[in-house]
Amino acid sequence: MSETGIGAAVRRVEDKRFLTGRGKYIDDIDQRGQLYAWMLRSPHAHARINGVDTATASQAPGVVAIFTGADMAADEVGGIPCAWQIHNKDGSPMHEPPHPPLAVDKVRHVGDQVAVVIAETKAQARDAAELIAVDYDVLPAAIDMDLALADNASLVHDDVPNNLCFDWEIGDKDATEAAFAKADHVVSIDIVNNRLIPNAMEPRAAIAQYEPSNGNYTLHTTTQNPHVIRLLMGAFVLQIPEHKLRIIAPDVGGGFGSKIFHYAEEAILTWASAKVPQPIKWTAERSESFITDAHGRDHETHAELAMDKGGNFLGLRVSTKANIGAYLSTFGAAVPTYLHGTLMAGVYTTPAIYCEVKTVFTNTVPVDAYRGAGRPECTYLLERLVTKAAREIGMDPVEIRQKNMIQPDQFPYQTPVALEYDVGNYPASLDTALQASDYAGFEKRRAESESNDKRRGIGISTYIEACGIAPSAVAGALGARAGLYESAQVRVHPTGSVTVYTGSHSHGQGHETTFAQLVSESFGIPIEQVEIKHGDTGEVQFGMGTYGSRSIAVGGPAILKACNKIIDKATKIVAHILEASESDIEFKDGKFTVSGTDREMAFAEVSLAAYVPHNYPIEELEPGLDENAFYDPLNFSYPAGCHICEVEIDPETGDVDITNFTAVDDVGRVINPMIVEGQVHGGLAQGIGQALLEGCVYDDSGQLLTGSYMDYTMPRADNLPNLNVGTQSVLGASNPLEVKGVGEVGAIGSPPAVINAILDALAPLGVDDISMPATSAKVWQAIQNA
Amino acid sequence: MPTVSMTVNGKSVSAEVEPRTLLVQYLREHLGLTGTHVGCDTSQCGACVVHVNGESAKSCTILAMQVEGADVATIEGLADGDTLHPMQEAFRENHGLQCGFCTPGVVMSALDLVRTNADPSEREVREWLEGNLCRCTGYHNIVKSILAGAKAMQG
Amino acid sequence: MYNFNYQKATSRDDAISARSSADDGSYLAGGMTLIPTLKQRLAKPSDVIDLAAIDDLAGITDDGGAITIGAMTTHAAVANSDVVASKIPALAALAGHIGDPQVRNRGTIGGSIANNDPAADYPAGCVGLNATIITNKREISADDFFTDLFETVLEDGELITAVSFPVADKAAYAKFPNPASRYAIVGVMVAQTGGETRAAVTGASQSGVYRAADIEAALGDGLDAAAAKAVKVSADGLNSDIHASAEYRAHLISIMASRAATAAG
Repeated sequence: MSETGIGAAVRRVEDKRFLTGRGKYIDDIDQRGQLYAWMLRSPHAHARINGVDTATASQAPGVVAIFTGADMAADEVGGIPCAWQIHNKDGSPMHEPPHPPLAVDKVRHVGDQVAVVIAETKAQARDAAELIAVDYDVLPAAIDMDLALADNASLVHDDVPNNLCFDWEIGDKDATEAAFAKADHVVSIDIVNNRLIPNAMEPRAAIAQYEPSNGNYTLHTTTQNPHVIRLLMGAFVLQIPEHKLRIIAPDVGGGFGSKIFHYAEEAILTWASAKVPQPIKWTAERSESFITDAHGRDHETHAELAMDKGGNFLGLRVSTKANIGAYLSTFGAAVPTYLHGTLMAGVYTTPAIYCEVKTVFTNTVPVDAYRGAGRPECTYLLERLVTKAAREIGMDPVEIRQKNMIQPDQFPYQTPVALEYDVGNYPASLDTALQASDYAGFEKRRAESESNDKRRGIGISTYIEACGIAPSAVAGALGARAGLYESAQVRVHPTGSVTVYTGSHSHGQGHETTFAQLVSESFGIPIEQVEIKHGDTGEVQFGMGTYGSRSIAVGGPAILKACNKIIDKATKIVAHILEASESDIEFKDGKFTVSGTDREMAFAEVSLAAYVPHNYPIEELEPGLDENAFYDPLNFSYPAGCHICEVEIDPETGDVDITNFTAVDDVGRVINPMIVEGQVHGGLAQGIGQALLEGCVYDDSGQLLTGSYMDYTMPRADNLPNLNVGTQSVLGASNPLEVKGVGEVGAIGSPPAVINAILDALAPLGVDDISMPATSAKVWQAIQNA
Repeated sequence: MPTVSMTVNGKSVSAEVEPRTLLVQYLREHLGLTGTHVGCDTSQCGACVVHVNGESAKSCTILAMQVEGADVATIEGLADGDTLHPMQEAFRENHGLQCGFCTPGVVMSALDLVRTNADPSEREVREWLEGNLCRCTGYHNIVKSILAGAKAMQG
Repeated sequence: MYNFNYQKATSRDDAISARSSADDGSYLAGGMTLIPTLKQRLAKPSDVIDLAAIDDLAGITDDGGAITIGAMTTHAAVANSDVVASKIPALAALAGHIGDPQVRNRGTIGGSIANNDPAADYPAGCVGLNATIITNKREISADDFFTDLFETVLEDGELITAVSFPVADKAAYAKFPNPASRYAIVGVMVAQTGGETRAAVTGASQSGVYRAADIEAALGDGLDAAAAKAVKVSADGLNSDIHASAEYRAHLISIMASRAATAAG
């Protein structure tokens, strides 16, 4: 292992600028002549718009322009598209009602955009927005999913009956029914997967700029995938061809999924920038983030597990209602279906599985991918159900898992729900976690707690996820309207330094370091000679961006592939210069050697020869050392692992203290262990946050009651314990780097471990269910009700 | 418009501002010191923490006019040329940051902790961070960084 | 934020006269509540009168049987004061757990009690410790000062100058925080001063801070923690919101009172 290559805990390249305040997030950037936008947003969850009177506001100080939905409609601006098409059980496509960037006839959630005010200062724009008079007819809101599905429900979209976006299924229904028919035990559970608000610390922001002399648009935006935004907004919303539209996502302050999607503000600003025409900046207030950033989760599920006498799983039946919010967001349709239903085997050999999902429009913020996206919902369901099954049949929760786990010799393993797991060793992760958490010593600790009038519990979650999204062929078959490969360009400069252009996007993950390590390893050069560029469609050839733990698993191999092309070409150059056969050239530790001789060329000598071709095979090879690669995996990657949570509960107050949290994750090959651990820590905090603290609450009229940090509980440092994390890896088999991905494992595996621990602690008091977030108030109430 | 004068990172500065201008706006928009960030509008996230007369404060909850004549320090003033402050270095060494957005506020807050408590315990660090939200790190490595930074500052 | 005139008062008289001549003036102490309120455009004062430059409004003095804290004294100053720590440690501890460190560095006792947030800590501290609120016009017993949610007996323009706390024989404050805002869901100051036992409750009631007579009776002269815990507090008149039901708050009043009593020793 080189000092800066694969496996080294290299300190991050990007940190110096962030630590010295020299990061450049969008709100840190100003353009000459820049104006400011303020979005006038609906205060109502559901209302018909009779008219928007902007006359007074237009006269307010500093106002340059005000636009409404009618103005955009007059320009035939398109709706915000959805990138996945899901089909109903009967084969018909899902409902895709239009999503105009500025509301035209109706507003459909609190926060929906009604008008944009553009003024010389942000304060002036906001001042003027208060002078706009909107004539609303307030309509009943559809908020609760069951009420929204009822025949008399208020319709979010007039042409979507019962607010049902689609009714989807996966698995073999008949085989599953047959499995239940022969079952000795059936365990059932009703689960709510609580709605979450992503809360990346940097609020969304954008600056749109139009150059009238050549018709070029530039949009700086807080996105995880600039090329996807260019494609969606350019092709479907504003009809701007790619060569006239540049998207730049510079430093982005966290995403967690919420910055994948094409948001209305991007289209509004870009369109308006040509009208004005001056640069326009918009930065969300946090209170706007709460009511416009796509929310996550929000499932209600009933599930049943069929077992034989010995506790062997025979069949699983799952029925989920998924809230999609008021509009279909970019990935919204994929999350409750192909990112959820396809994981229902978990790490178990359950032979028959059937899952159906009804996805429901409501007058709430659109729901889309949030760290884990569908997989946490599935994992929470399975791991609660399996633990409940163990309790009901009187089996240890470890034993029931061991008994039903897919064994290491069963790979590749075809599940009954479409996926083929490539490699794994689930029992090993479980064993390692049991030891790391001192599971054996738990009863002693429980006794100690009880002697202090506390209740102690331990909870297990053995999870799997499919990530490295996605093999294009598979994704296409599942409804994706795009391929999900990744691209890389590796440009070796004459003196041997390297610039890499990647289609992945870093918004905290540390790609500038991890990807540079790949190149350092590949070329045998120090990391200081490598620079990673990302986030600008004007620089990077193409890219599908960062989500679904795909950067290292899909973006990484693309870089490796381009590096290999460089080495191939360099080998040809060396063969020519050293007058040897290509097959005799070896490349190792940054040197090309003619095997069996002392003739060699350093990497930088070859690159110089490529650009200064005095003695160069110009008749056989073009000068230069600059290669492109597109990489598309053949399968998802399947990180898996075991999370064990131990809690101590104060029954007097219901306060839950996580005393230990152990995570053993199989993420395949680890490129930078320091960064991998950091990714797990962050995911765990979000998973623990979901389990204990975070929950989005709407009232019946569609007002968001958790619309600020005063009411939405973000995990703070004192809510969390020191996290005991480690990896136990089986090398990945779906890509040449043998990586699996690490961004989401923490958020996927942890919530059921926490809730299982709480229920273990409270079982002696007669508590057998609790919903997330398990706040002190809820825990206390559960104890009272038991 | 009234004029406000103060010292920022050791330099005297003065400008005409609207009375409603917040200190963070003054730093970012008038002085171009964009290392101090705004992550919320309810004075909770702490991305905007700076020092006012040596004490940590949320610059989103202070009018620029309130700090007339004060000594203000921001993240940009910490490093000595190319050499990071020991607390900054501790964050780099211990992977105490990911997206970097909350980081300046966390570092400025941490320095105020060390000012009042040179050798804090892990629990004290966690409790001190009540006013700083981070969504990336799970705080694990932030706490580790601050403990290491405090130790390094004791030198 | 709407725009306003900013005035920096240089003396108490200066502040009072600026306030009286303004159309709709607002005093600015630490600003930890006023500025967020202005940012949300929930208030639109014509004039904001900053009290920070009035040098005789801040400071802590030991009056023997009482401690007097200037209205502009920050929570951090109270929390870190040797005088407060030695005479009324419960008050130092209370101040040390208000908000977060940055709020404590700027927020003031005068600003907090003038605002009378129903979930703030200082109102319970004042009532529990039987404090006297001193203004430019008069001295007001804490029992009379806090009237309703965000309401006090302060007249328009009346300026709090200091708060005087009699030294308690025994006292402690126990708070169960709201997980999100960290304000009190329930906070109870239990104190025994000159033979009188008090239990002042914040965060719980629909009408703000109050003395819990049932808890006080149970605590008795000996601050009996077990007896306080056994009190079945009625949920009538208590807040119920997405964070805590009235029943949970009622229960927490007994528990926090009991824990405060234990801590008070």
